[in-house]
Amino acid sequence: MQTRGEVETRLKEFDIEKYTTSVRRRDAIFEIVGLIATFLVMLFLFVISVDLLIDGWVRIKDGSFYTSYPSRFPEEAGILSSWVGTVYVMAGAIFWAVVLGIPAGIYLEEYGGKGKIARIIEANISNLAAVPSIVYGLLALGVFVYRFKFGESILTAGLTLGLLMLPVVVVSTRESIRRIPRSIREAAYALGATRWETLFHHILPYSLGGIFTGLIIAASRAIGETAPLITIGALTFIAFLPPAPWEDFWGMLLSPFTVLPIQMYNWVSRPQEAFHTNAAAAGFILLVIALLMNSIAFYLRYKVRRKYQW
Amino acid sequence: MVNPTKMLEERKVSPSTGNANLKIEVKNFDFYYGSYHALKGINFPIYEKRVTAIIGPSGCGKTTLLRAFNRMHDLYAGARYEGKIIMYPDGINLVDKNTDPLRVRMRIGMVFQKPNPFPKSIYENVAYGLKIRGIKSKKLLDEAVERALNGAALWEEVKDRLHTNAYSLSGGQQQRLCIARAIAVEPEVLLFDEPTSALDPISTAKIEDLIVELKQRVTIVIVTHNMQQAARISDYTAFMYLGELVEFGPTEKIFTKPEKKLTEDYITGRFG
Repeated sequence: MQTRGEVETRLKEFDIEKYTTSVRRRDAIFEIVGLIATFLVMLFLFVISVDLLIDGWVRIKDGSFYTSYPSRFPEEAGILSSWVGTVYVMAGAIFWAVVLGIPAGIYLEEYGGKGKIARIIEANISNLAAVPSIVYGLLALGVFVYRFKFGESILTAGLTLGLLMLPVVVVSTRESIRRIPRSIREAAYALGATRWETLFHHILPYSLGGIFTGLIIAASRAIGETAPLITIGALTFIAFLPPAPWEDFWGMLLSPFTVLPIQMYNWVSRPQEAFHTNAAAAGFILLVIALLMNSIAFYLRYKVRRKYQW
Repeated sequence: MVNPTKMLEERKVSPSTGNANLKIEVKNFDFYYGSYHALKGINFPIYEKRVTAIIGPSGCGKTTLLRAFNRMHDLYAGARYEGKIIMYPDGINLVDKNTDPLRVRMRIGMVFQKPNPFPKSIYENVAYGLKIRGIKSKKLLDEAVERALNGAALWEEVKDRLHTNAYSLSGGQQQRLCIARAIAVEPEVLLFDEPTSALDPISTAKIEDLIVELKQRVTIVIVTHNMQQAARISDYTAFMYLGELVEFGPTEKIFTKPEKKLTEDYITGRFG
C-alpha cells in the first residue's frame, strides 16, 4: 500500500508536457543523424561512380573498348576477353551455387533434423561466409587445379566462385523457406499432399523471391572477386576468346580466362597514365554490371511477392 | 451464469436423416508430446453424417485430439499415439504406425482455426486437392471447383474473380474458401478446428449454417471453445477436461441433463 501511494504521487507529479517535448526532440535528433548517415553512404557510392565515369569517360564512350583485346598500347587495349571471361565464369559460379546451394538449403531446412548436429552444421555454414576469399582460392588451387587437373580454366574459376557464393545461397534458401507460415504447410498436408508436393507446389514457389535475392547478392559479391582467381592462376593478358560453348563445350570450360577485376588490377599497376583511364573505365563497367544484377534481384523479388502475397 | 436450455433454443440443427451409423470409434486413445501425456484414455464414437462437437476449456486437449484424427501430429517430432481410432466401414486404425498418414489425410479433410488459403488464385486453391489426386482435365476441374464453391456458399461472391489472389477475400470468405478447398475432394470426414474464432459474428453465422448443411454429405467433427456454438450446430457433444473425456452424449442431453457435475459446471459457465 505504501509503495502504491508513492507511485500515485509520482504519477501526479509527472510532467507530461516536459516529457513529450524532450522525447520529441530526441526523435528529431535521431532522424537527422539517420538522414546524414544515409546521405553519406549514398554520397560515397555516388562519388565513386562519378569519379570512375569521369576518369574513364574517354574509353567508356569508345565502342572499340568493348571489342578489343588487351594491348601494350593503352589506346588500343580493350576489355573484350575480360568481359566475356566474366560472363562465362559467373555463369559457372551461379550454376554451381544453384545446383549445390539451393538443394543443400532445402535439405537442411526441410529434411535434416533439428538436433545438435544440425545446429553445428548450420553454424559452420554461416561461418563459411566469413572465410576470406583468398582461402577459397588456395583450396581451389590445391583441389581443382592440382588434384583434379582442371587447370587455370573457366571451370576452375566457376567452381571457386560458386563455392564462395555457397554459404550465402544456403543460408538465404533456408531463411526464405523458414518464412513460409506453418499454417500453409499444414493446409497442403491436410489435403493429402506429400512432403515432395508440399515442397514443390507451395514452399519453393513462395520462397523463390528470397532465394533469388540471396543468389544475386552472392553473385554480386563474387563478380568483383580478384584474389581467389589470381591464386588459381588466372592470366592477365588474354588475346583470344574461349571457344563458343555450342561448338566445343569442354574446350570452353578448360580454356584460360581473365575477368574484369583482374584486367583492372593489371591496368592499375602499370605506370602509364593512359592505362589508369582504362582501369577506371573497366571499373565503371563492373559497377554497372553489379548494379544491373541487383536491379534484377529487386525486380524478381517484387514479381514473386506480388504473385504470392499474403 | 448462463442458462443451457436457452442456448439450445437457438439451435440450427436440421433433423438428421438415416440411422446414426458409427463412422469413427476412439478406443482407449492416449497421446504424448515427448514425455508429456496430453490425452488420457479417450473413448467415444463419432456418427456418420452428424456433427460432433468437442468442447472444453483452453488447454484441455480438444485440438490435440482433433489433429490426431488426420495425423497432423506426424509433422512434428516427438508425437506418440497409443490406442486406437478406428474408421468405418473398412475398420482401419487411423493412428496405427503402419497406417500411412497420407491415406488418412486423403479421406479426412480439415479446416483450421485461422483461414489459411494458399497465396494463389481462388480457383487454384479449390482445385489443388483434385490436382494432386490426378485430375487434370480442365472441364472436370471447372465443374468441381464450381460445385465446391457452391457447397461452401461462396460461388456467387467469387464467380467473377476466380483468378484473383485468395488473399484479396475477407477473413470470412477466406474461411469459406478453405471449406470449399476441403470439400472439393469429397472427404468422408471433415474436421473443423475452431473455424470461427478469428471471424466476426456475421461470418460466424454463415459458417455455422454451412456446417449444418454439410452434414447431409459428410461426417463433421468440430472443436469449439464457444459453448453456444456447440449448442447451435452439433448433434453430439464431447466434453473434455485436462486431457480426459468427461462426458459424451447427444447435445440436448449434455446441455440439459448432464450426468457429471463437472460437465454441468462448465456448461453453466461456473468455470472455463
